[in-house]
Amino acid sequence: MRVFHDTWLVFRRSLGLTVRQPAWLVAGVMQPFVYLLLFGPLLNSLSSMPGFPAGGAFNTFVPGLLVMTALFGSTFVGFGFISEMRSGVIERMRVTPMSRTAAVLGRTLRDVLVFMFQGMVLVVLSIPLGLHIDPAGLVVAFALLALIGLVLGPVSYAMALVIGSEDALAPLTQAIALPLLLLSGIMLPMSFAPEWLRTIASFNPLYHSVLAIRALFNAQFADPNVLSGIGIMVACAVLSIGVASRVFNRATA
Amino acid sequence: MSDLVIETEGLRRTFGKKGDIVEAVAGVDLRVEAGTIFGFLGPNGAGKTTTLRILATLLLPTAGIARVAGRDVARDPEAVRRRIGYVAQSGGTDPRMSGRGELVMQGRLFGLPGPDAHVRAAELLEALDLADAGDRPIETYSGGMRRRLDVGLGMVHRPVVLFLDEPTTGLDPQARARMWDEIRGLRDGGTTVFLTTHYLDEADALCDRLAIIDHGRIVAGGTGPELKRAVAGDVITIGVDSSAELVRQLLAAQPFVREASLVDGVVRLYVADGEASLPLVLRLLDGQGLAPQTLALHRPSLDDVFLRQTGRSLRDAA
Repeated sequence: MRVFHDTWLVFRRSLGLTVRQPAWLVAGVMQPFVYLLLFGPLLNSLSSMPGFPAGGAFNTFVPGLLVMTALFGSTFVGFGFISEMRSGVIERMRVTPMSRTAAVLGRTLRDVLVFMFQGMVLVVLSIPLGLHIDPAGLVVAFALLALIGLVLGPVSYAMALVIGSEDALAPLTQAIALPLLLLSGIMLPMSFAPEWLRTIASFNPLYHSVLAIRALFNAQFADPNVLSGIGIMVACAVLSIGVASRVFNRATA
Repeated sequence: MSDLVIETEGLRRTFGKKGDIVEAVAGVDLRVEAGTIFGFLGPNGAGKTTTLRILATLLLPTAGIARVAGRDVARDPEAVRRRIGYVAQSGGTDPRMSGRGELVMQGRLFGLPGPDAHVRAAELLEALDLADAGDRPIETYSGGMRRRLDVGLGMVHRPVVLFLDEPTTGLDPQARARMWDEIRGLRDGGTTVFLTTHYLDEADALCDRLAIIDHGRIVAGGTGPELKRAVAGDVITIGVDSSAELVRQLLAAQPFVREASLVDGVVRLYVADGEASLPLVLRLLDGQGLAPQTLALHRPSLDDVFLRQTGRSLRDAA
């Protein structure tokens, strides 16, 4: 099928270009690592408070940091795409029979691979600090992270294609990413939040992902948050890829 | 009668919203025969690139029909894309990629299996004299090398028509001559080349047929010699420091002058026989005590063609 063939081509090309600049891989790990080192200890003393989720500070905090890595690893990808637009690469490829969906999917899969690698580094670094993980839970948790990338990446690429300039894309991306981040219970557990804030958070798909990953790390596969977290993300990914494909197809006249 | 590779009828494209509409292409009819170099000449902003982008399936026309390689660009863009190559004015390569990497990628996007795409890339690198630079990042290429690679990318799948948007803009004279040779080579190999340019000498030297466009409309079309012949006769230019309008009026009234115009302080006369007219012009000006600073006789150029049709010099407009 053309779409798989072309997705693979775009994926390989963009991964090759990313690997040539390993600084980005390191930069992506730095931020969550700083949180881990400087913010994690604060949570450690909170973890004995009533209402704190089970599993201890790092089992609560690291899932949040992983979701944050996925969030930043896929909401800002549009900027790289704009520089590709500027170089004329995107237009050149539009005058080929290339699948338009592949243009989005190939790049998104590259982004997913990059932040999963960063996430894995983060997990390994967290184990000596007190993270306990169930191996099977880890695998499912990373599958869920990949889904987050498939939801957010296509949105970022479609916005970049339509907007076409960094100046306009930056504030819009911030306006989307920041509430998603704050309403996902990444920094502090949402169980500390007042009722109304929790209600709003429940509309944030990422909030459910964080809950699901926490349960998975603690090997609580039967926790209803696991199924709902994954189900919500699958639905969002289908929607997001569908919409982005439409945007790319239409822009191509 | 050769086959028509590009055919448009009443092609229009407008930009903007209600109340503020710009008509970039205002009814263009084109017929381009197979195996020719067709030049689209006009000043910047005349609608050249917009027309090219419609023909290359990057823009939908607001009205009118365009058929490229036998397919309708609006109804069957996918089929058109398989048959055309397109090289944008700014190129289309990632500076971090190697020339070979881009050529292979392009081949594979057109459905060539991996090994075939590599063979074709090597072939093109060789033909474009880029073999030594093939594995270096494109950011290390000179302007001329980059441009040749752009053309190579357009040729990977052996298209019927190759569209080149301003192929030599920004190139030094040597690289430019080199590019002309490449383009002639493509034509001789059977590819139809459709290029835009705002260089008169390029249109004159390189193109088999031309269409001159201004404000979204084609103002003249044909071969270079045909276009110049249509201007008829020769051109005399007279530089005067003062009373230029007086000189123009005086000469315009003479029976041997077909047309006299004044552009930037230079009076241009269109006459049937330049050699015979020069002494007459001198005598007339002398009689009025008007001394010209410069006086020159030329065979008509494409600029005269443009000037006759639009009242502006292409050199100034571009």
